[in-house]
Amino acid sequence: MAKKAKPQAAAPPQPSQRVRHARPLSPHIQIYRWTLPMALSILHRASGMALYGGMALFVGFLWLLADGGGAYRLADGWLRSPLGEWLLVLFVWALLHHLCGGLRHFVWDLGYGYGPRATSWLSWLSALLPIAGAALLWAEA
Amino acid sequence: MMGSAQDLRSDAARAHDLRSDAARAQGLGAAGHGSGHFWLQRVSAVANIPLVLALLIACFVHRDAARAEWLALFRSPFFALLTMVAIGNICWHMRLGLQVVIEDYVHTGWRKGAGLMANDFAAALIAVGGLWAVLRLFLGG
Repeated sequence: MAKKAKPQAAAPPQPSQRVRHARPLSPHIQIYRWTLPMALSILHRASGMALYGGMALFVGFLWLLADGGGAYRLADGWLRSPLGEWLLVLFVWALLHHLCGGLRHFVWDLGYGYGPRATSWLSWLSALLPIAGAALLWAEA
Repeated sequence: MMGSAQDLRSDAARAHDLRSDAARAQGLGAAGHGSGHFWLQRVSAVANIPLVLALLIACFVHRDAARAEWLALFRSPFFALLTMVAIGNICWHMRLGLQVVIEDYVHTGWRKGAGLMANDFAAALIAVGGLWAVLRLFLGG
């Protein structure tokens, strides 16, 4: 036990104290063998969070577009630079990845695709289509 | 022993809920809500498929356009309305999504409430900011 037992009754642990005496979690990422569905699930969440931030940037850009002027020209110029192009490609990849992941979840929601082969198909499509899509858009740009 | 507390609930209520009085007071057990969140997340996700794809395609087609062309695009009522609906739906979907992320990772005291509230405010801010920018672009440019 990590906590010392006191003879008289102690106050129940406050949330902050509870964290300090937190029991160790079962090791997961350090131990379990990585599987594709596992990685895609994590990427689905990560891409969602990245898109949240990207949405803020998109709205910011719309503001600059409406204002016109120096700030807009700076932003537009930067977006056309190599770094800006990279950001856009990454954003499109995150978008397509989150979209494919969402479709994958939707198939599961409807009750289909739980078998090992079906899951494998769904997972590989979800992983590769977004990369192909982003690469295609980048090549066409 | 202290004066025993009486359970004044009806037989039906007591039979329905097997939790102890302490557990019931602490709010332990099944939450009793969450289906709505699940469903709304799916609805906004499905709505996002055409909306986001339309927005993505429009942005890609006009990627090399000058500002004047962009302003002309936003003066089209169809496109302005499409963008507004898309922004609203995206912000709703991302607010629901990040809520789940915060609930998964933040448990200590005031931080969870603050995180959830910050998510609501951020999503609302992005939505209002986006809608206002599109309105400005539509009306004046």
